[in-house]
Amino acid sequence: MSGIARMIRTLAAAALLACLIAAPASAANKIEEVTSAAGITAWLVEDHSLPVVTMDVSFRGGAALDPADKAGLATLTADLLDEGAGELDSQAYQGRLEDLATSIEFAASEDAMGASLRTITANLAPALDLLRLGLTEPRFDDVAVARVRSQLLAELARNAREPRYIASRLWWRNVYDGHPYAQPVRGTPETIGRITTPDLRSVVHDRFGRDVMIIGVVGDVTADALKSMLDTTFGSLPPHAAAGKVADVTAAAKKPLLLAKLPIPQSVVTFGQPGIKRDDHDWYAAYVVNHILGGGGFSSRLTTEVREKRGLAYSVYSELEPMQHSGVILGGVATQNDRVAQSIDIIRAEWRRMRDSGPTQKELDDAKTYLTGSFPLSLDSTGHIAGILVAIQRDALGIDYLERRKTLIESVTLDDAKRVARRLLDPDKLSFVVVGSPDKLGGAQEVAPNGS
Amino acid sequence: MTRAIVSGFLAVLVLAAPLAAGAQDERQFDAKTFTLANGLEVVVIENHRAPIVTQMVWYKVGAADEPRGKTGIAHFLEHLMFKGTKETPPGVFSRIIAQNGGRENAFTTADYTAFFQNVAADRLELVMKLESERMTGLVLNDAVVLPERDVIIEERHTRIDNNPAALLNEQLNTALYLHHPYRNPVIGWEQEMRGLTTDDALTFYHTWYAPNNAVLVVAGDVTVDEVRALAEKYYGPLQAHPVPARHRVGEPPKVAAARLVMKSSRVGEPSWSRNYLAPSYTAGEKQYAYALQVLAEVLGGGSTARLYRTLVLDKGVALDAGAFYNPGALDLTTFGFYATPKKDVPLSDLEAAFEAVIKSVLADGVNAEDVERAKKRMRAQAVYARDSLDGPARIVGAALANGRNLDDVETWPQHIGAVTVDEVNAAARLVIHEDTAVTGVLLPEPTS
Repeated sequence: MSGIARMIRTLAAAALLACLIAAPASAANKIEEVTSAAGITAWLVEDHSLPVVTMDVSFRGGAALDPADKAGLATLTADLLDEGAGELDSQAYQGRLEDLATSIEFAASEDAMGASLRTITANLAPALDLLRLGLTEPRFDDVAVARVRSQLLAELARNAREPRYIASRLWWRNVYDGHPYAQPVRGTPETIGRITTPDLRSVVHDRFGRDVMIIGVVGDVTADALKSMLDTTFGSLPPHAAAGKVADVTAAAKKPLLLAKLPIPQSVVTFGQPGIKRDDHDWYAAYVVNHILGGGGFSSRLTTEVREKRGLAYSVYSELEPMQHSGVILGGVATQNDRVAQSIDIIRAEWRRMRDSGPTQKELDDAKTYLTGSFPLSLDSTGHIAGILVAIQRDALGIDYLERRKTLIESVTLDDAKRVARRLLDPDKLSFVVVGSPDKLGGAQEVAPNGS
Repeated sequence: MTRAIVSGFLAVLVLAAPLAAGAQDERQFDAKTFTLANGLEVVVIENHRAPIVTQMVWYKVGAADEPRGKTGIAHFLEHLMFKGTKETPPGVFSRIIAQNGGRENAFTTADYTAFFQNVAADRLELVMKLESERMTGLVLNDAVVLPERDVIIEERHTRIDNNPAALLNEQLNTALYLHHPYRNPVIGWEQEMRGLTTDDALTFYHTWYAPNNAVLVVAGDVTVDEVRALAEKYYGPLQAHPVPARHRVGEPPKVAAARLVMKSSRVGEPSWSRNYLAPSYTAGEKQYAYALQVLAEVLGGGSTARLYRTLVLDKGVALDAGAFYNPGALDLTTFGFYATPKKDVPLSDLEAAFEAVIKSVLADGVNAEDVERAKKRMRAQAVYARDSLDGPARIVGAALANGRNLDDVETWPQHIGAVTVDEVNAAARLVIHEDTAVTGVLLPEPTS
């Protein structure tokens, strides 16, 4: 049986009621903590059913560390790490990746930078060498910097007309004014224009420290082989990151309802309110409550009321979005211009109804069977599992988390759910941003799409 | 979660990526197939990596089979398939799937309509029971149909009308396909969508949905024998009935090039595309389908491909450039190029540079070394297609829904490996004709 099979069999056994006799084996022997001679640690799930290896590496600290006048610095840096490194210029590096049938994607988010590598087993060592080069010796050749900068500027120009991007940007600005979370992860034309090559080098120098590094590996590699590869790949990184700190912050909308007028047939709406961080003691109850309110599937209250009963929208959702230094509950809907006010009223009413009465026992039971039973389905590829290995380490959930997850969700009682709905949901703190040409939207404060 | 359409453009992505499938010298997925007495084709792809399965049912009908004046009905019916049967009232299907920890969805293209559930392996019987019920037992009435019609119109607004690039793409298809129904958007033209009725949906359903017009694919932790027993039990009793042949109208000869220019204040950056009609696996000069995939990779498969090298790196007229080709369409398909002009570079400079590349390819051929590297890369990529539960099911299902045989799918890497430089050059000359090309230009217009 493959490593993935063993791990998922454990999960499935844990997740599905009364259908498997096998006692759940310990997940700890499925996810292995591997520590190299130089002290570099990775989590590994061995699976030899395909000659494929996926590695996710993540460094704590992302776009929120970018200086306000250089927002997008982490993004532009990440976009340039595969544009030439060591002796290889951009074309040579890209050609080498292609010849190795390897992909390495460097990316930045609010709270992290990282890379996701996928290769066939036979090419693992040279693929990891390209990863090492990208993280330690990126060239930042002038011609590549100019090209990638202009590509990013073009993307930002496209985004500036894109209703969903506009709504999202305005919402985050409205809620985190004065904090780095208000800055766009991919920057603005002005801030991207200010970034210099020394700035890019400082990101590599300051942020890729071994103390903030998290590694997840899945696939056709043994622990012993991985150990030495960890040292050759990451051993030359500095032991400590030298980046600054980001302050904790509570989301607080300055305006309850913003409107950016755009001549489009359908209004796009982003909404949300303050949420919780991943380490909140009420996390699992909040997770279940949100699933019932606006989570996945066709059966959430928001989908039932907005889509199924009234046909107001194709999609409506809410989700918990925890960050390192704050948390929000964030949602979205896109609806015809003359029914925006109605959609907003329904969302507010559902928010209030859940806050006041919580879910029913039946809703709670259904949500728990879905959330526990569907989880193993997301562990079907090396890439999905590698991402989860990184997330579990990032959130300090423990190497046995996959085994405990089911119990954590199932132990949420109706009283917990009602209490947390009351604690967390606050229709008065729910703020909306509408982009489009809605009819009769009372109380909206109009802003330009660029926020001015 | 969304019940999704796959428009012509998305179909390219959906099909092109997974079609990069197949191991070097063996049967890629080792799929097994058999046919029930009522004509239902069944495919089993065993994968015992994890105790999970995916069930997909593919109907051999899509938007290109819609009656004139009823665009969008194939996709609308896909949504309505979740509205209940005699045995399962509205909303219950999705609730049962969710209660069992399953995930489900569906999608429609011009050529097929597919429904799927991912569940724990021991829940396969449950989803086969539910899926078989709605193969012939759908119950619809205005109370469930009319709100859903509003939903698909909002879906159209989300996907197309709110997005200038999608709007232009929709009109470009009407220029590329003068007569064939691929000219119509999968989601439908809005004025026709507004008139779709419960009767329209039921008529389309009773015409096309039948076991003898479907392919059942089960992938995951099951055996052929298990699937055979369950398929016989649940799908076996369903009655076959005659289904019309899929004879779409053909294309007249193209005699003119077309150029569609859209200016909009909603456009942030200019973009450019050029499309040509091309053979697919199943239409036209289909022997070139593999060579055309290699051609797309050589010319536009990434940042080391010829167009990117020339237009972006050497000439500096573009920020991005590439090619796409979808061989999986049932009828004549699209081979296309796209580029984003660099700021302040006149579009005419970009087009001149593009045409110089094409002229050189047609006159002197592609670089033999580029072809070998592309083939090696495509074959090596094949292994990744197996690194998921439903990837192989989608590849196999899409092929069989269009009447292709399993061997073609299983031996894709060998077919790619056999493509010669001469075939790539011949394919380029077959497809690329600037005098009948369709060019799309999307331009920003300053806001007042």
